[in-house]
Amino acid sequence: MTSVFVWLEHFDGVLVQPSREALGAAGTLGGKITGLVFGKNVDAVVKAAFHAGADEIIKVDDETLETFRFEPYVALLTKIVKDNTPDIVLAGHTTRGREIMGGAAADLDKGLLADCTELSLEGGRLKAVHPVYSGKVLSTIEIVSDGTQFATLRGRAFTPNEPDASRSGNVISASPVLAESDIASKVESFEASVGKVSLSDAAIIVSGGRGVGGPEGFAPIRELAEVLGAAVGASRATVDAGWIPYEHQVGQTGKVVSPDLYIAAGISGAIQHQAGMRTSKTIVAINKDADAPIFGLATYGIVGDLFELLPALTKVFKEKLGK
Amino acid sequence: MHVVVVTKSTPDTAAKVTVDGSGNVTWKEAMVINPWDEYSVTEAVLLKEAHNIKTTVLTVGEEAHNEAVKQGLAIGCDQGIRVWDSTLANADSLQYSRAVAAAVQKLGDVDLVIFGKEQADTGTDQHVYQVGRKLGWNVIGSVFKIQEIDFAGKTIKVVRLVEQGKQVVAGKLPAVISVVKDINEPKYPSFMGIRKASKAEIPVWDGAALGVDFGLPGVKVSAYQNPPERAGKVQMIDGDSADEKARKLVEKLFEDKVL
Amino acid sequence: MDFSLTPEQIAAQKMVHDFVMKEVYPTIGEWDRKQQMNPDILPRMAELGILGINIPVKYGGQGFDYITLGLVCEELERVDTTLRVIMSVHAGLNSLSLLQWGTEEQKQRFLVPQAQGEKYAGFGLTEPGVGSDVANMRATAKKQGDVYILNGEKMWISLATKAHHFLVIAKTDPEARPASKGMTAFIVTSDMKGVTTGDIHGKLGVRAGSTGWVNMENVEVPVSHRLGEEGEGFYIAMGALDNGRYTVGAGAVGLIRACLEESIKYSKERQTFGVPIADHQLIKQKIAYMQQWYDAAKLLVLKAGWMKNQGIRNTRETSMAKWYATDMSVKAALEAVQLHGAYGFSDEYPVERYLRNSKGAVIYEGTSEIHQLMQADFALGYRENKPLRCELPAYDPDTWLEEPQTA
Repeated sequence: MTSVFVWLEHFDGVLVQPSREALGAAGTLGGKITGLVFGKNVDAVVKAAFHAGADEIIKVDDETLETFRFEPYVALLTKIVKDNTPDIVLAGHTTRGREIMGGAAADLDKGLLADCTELSLEGGRLKAVHPVYSGKVLSTIEIVSDGTQFATLRGRAFTPNEPDASRSGNVISASPVLAESDIASKVESFEASVGKVSLSDAAIIVSGGRGVGGPEGFAPIRELAEVLGAAVGASRATVDAGWIPYEHQVGQTGKVVSPDLYIAAGISGAIQHQAGMRTSKTIVAINKDADAPIFGLATYGIVGDLFELLPALTKVFKEKLGK
Repeated sequence: MHVVVVTKSTPDTAAKVTVDGSGNVTWKEAMVINPWDEYSVTEAVLLKEAHNIKTTVLTVGEEAHNEAVKQGLAIGCDQGIRVWDSTLANADSLQYSRAVAAAVQKLGDVDLVIFGKEQADTGTDQHVYQVGRKLGWNVIGSVFKIQEIDFAGKTIKVVRLVEQGKQVVAGKLPAVISVVKDINEPKYPSFMGIRKASKAEIPVWDGAALGVDFGLPGVKVSAYQNPPERAGKVQMIDGDSADEKARKLVEKLFEDKVL
Repeated sequence: MDFSLTPEQIAAQKMVHDFVMKEVYPTIGEWDRKQQMNPDILPRMAELGILGINIPVKYGGQGFDYITLGLVCEELERVDTTLRVIMSVHAGLNSLSLLQWGTEEQKQRFLVPQAQGEKYAGFGLTEPGVGSDVANMRATAKKQGDVYILNGEKMWISLATKAHHFLVIAKTDPEARPASKGMTAFIVTSDMKGVTTGDIHGKLGVRAGSTGWVNMENVEVPVSHRLGEEGEGFYIAMGALDNGRYTVGAGAVGLIRACLEESIKYSKERQTFGVPIADHQLIKQKIAYMQQWYDAAKLLVLKAGWMKNQGIRNTRETSMAKWYATDMSVKAALEAVQLHGAYGFSDEYPVERYLRNSKGAVIYEGTSEIHQLMQADFALGYRENKPLRCELPAYDPDTWLEEPQTA
């Protein structure tokens, strides 16, 4: 029976969406799913992980693991994989997921399929699709090393299970590998980002480009995002101009996103921007310039002034969604 | 006191990259320095200017990657090194990481290795963390700002980006970091640097010179393909007023069950 | 014959390309509309070393050759004419004249800070009532002891309100016949008493630049500020124009390229009759012509640059390059606007700015008509280049890269 370990990331006591998706993907591979929960006071996460599809949990609850740090987390994952020799280890392709999985795969000299948008198991070997060259080409990648196989999964590329509150299972407690004195780094402080919805997880993104004209031009973007429960995105030009912080940048040197709905307002659709959003399911382009390249990519296009169209859209959505 | 910045050449962002009939990835445009590395190279040069340290720009790959190394030299790094032998053809991130780690060890006195956040061609970053593990050094990824660095005292404090916000992380040197856009304003090559770079000999270190075997890969690329065309052409929404256009669009989105 | 550029020339061109595309291109349309110069431009060009690109290292420059100067001008004007204009006056007309005619003391005092970009430089030849007929200029310089007293007004002066140093031509002997023998060149600094400057607004083009007037009222200019000998002013001015025109021609090549690149982009995006307009034959014709003009103009400019590198007098070749490249840049801009249709007529696309900017360069630094007369006179044997007391030095890498002597 295939054994699949899923490293489960959590923040503020909540299991993050990419980890739910990884549990969903693990379910499609068949076999037993073991969730790995590292942290401090993680019982709520353990419970949520069962609901989201884990069959059993290995829990490591310790002071040294309170916030994610590279060294103790990688060392711990390496040790657990070494001791249990699972067939597969999955995680979301998040900032922390990339780090812990890359690190452990290096420790064990095992193959890692990174940033997979599709994943399959053929003859016991993992095979995946991974977009390369800024999404201009798709690569098919396979594990060639023997033993445990690692893969990280792109956000929103895999479907999470519907939470099932009746599920629970065996919890195995384990110990950390490194003592505090062995760890070279400390997280001294944290400042939460202003936006309520993270770009990578968002089902809907409303993005502004040069057409918004200035920092205050993002106001109608934010208002529409608020009504839709959407994240706010931005083109590189607006970030470079200092109109909005870098965290909002979608595109080649920003975030790669693939929401269900991407509304691009005042964005011409430079190749750098397309690199970050071309896999969005539905794309709406709003631009004054009927020849803007963004229309070549869009599902729906409206030629017009975003300062008229966005408030109009906000109004109509409010009515429709009963807000 | 020595900072190494690891870079590579990638196709220009505007390049038309496609898969040809034989399944090979092709493009006509020139190679440029990996876009994320504009920031890492600049950060290395800023550290050099502020702390009077030595900087090396390192690449692993065929001769085409000298372009990125020369760009690093033109921007202000002191020396360039290319690691290459035929056993690295089609190297995966594990082999790549062994090569980088071996070169860093050969240099000997390195305090900090800086990467750009990702490689724009492979679209991956696991090599960053893997180099850290191969060296046995701590890794701090997605660094947005170096707040403090003390080469003599061997400490570093950075701000790094995670999905939920910004963390301040303090650590020890030697270390590996990766940097994101906005950590600095990328420097252009200087004219003096251009002249220096064009005259520079970039030594090639192979496995024998490094005294290592780059080992076996963990992953192979079995095929490349062009992504499917986006289905259908854009449907333009017309109307007499912004209000009418907005209504029509929202109806469509509900019909399509996007919402 | 070798048509290839060196890796250094290519890298220098790319660096300037990256700079203008990133820092200038995105906002230049707004500055043009405001009729203001982006205040960051001059300091950035100074900081990056562009202002001293082909001045020897020992005089504060970057030590590149004359061909690189041309390539840099092409890249600057690819984005906006106003940037190339800076090079024409600061580097072409002024700094290279100092390199050609200046004493070692003058080079140290004026050329070094100009090449380093600490001081900006302009050129004052044209007057309100005097353009092509230079000999009729009214500005005078009267020697009184160890100073000259300068009076007069210079008009259509680029960087009038920005420059610290002006190379000004004035008559020391208003009675001399021919009048050209009575002219002398002076380095006038903007902080001298009696120097006032102002900008001119309402120009057709180069609206994101600074063009203005320099008025001199009893300005006392020390003898040590005289460039060359008394009576050499006309030759210094003509030599300056050989270099200024070179930068104008090289820039016009960039303007043609701007028209071509924007037209290629638009003709692939814009559809009519169900196909991209690039598929229509009359659009293809426009693209083909723009490419032809670009190629021919560029070859003329490179030839002139090569001659400068070799130290061969190039008055005729530079004139030809400037005349052809600027005339063709006007045609290319007209075609680019036409190709863009109604959008080309609006400032949503940059081509209308290219058209407005193109027109100045067929007027200044020798109108196209003057160049035609020159070419005809050279061909007819009515005109020849006479040797100068000081020739523009050939590009010699060893001299150009020599480090400055430290005191």
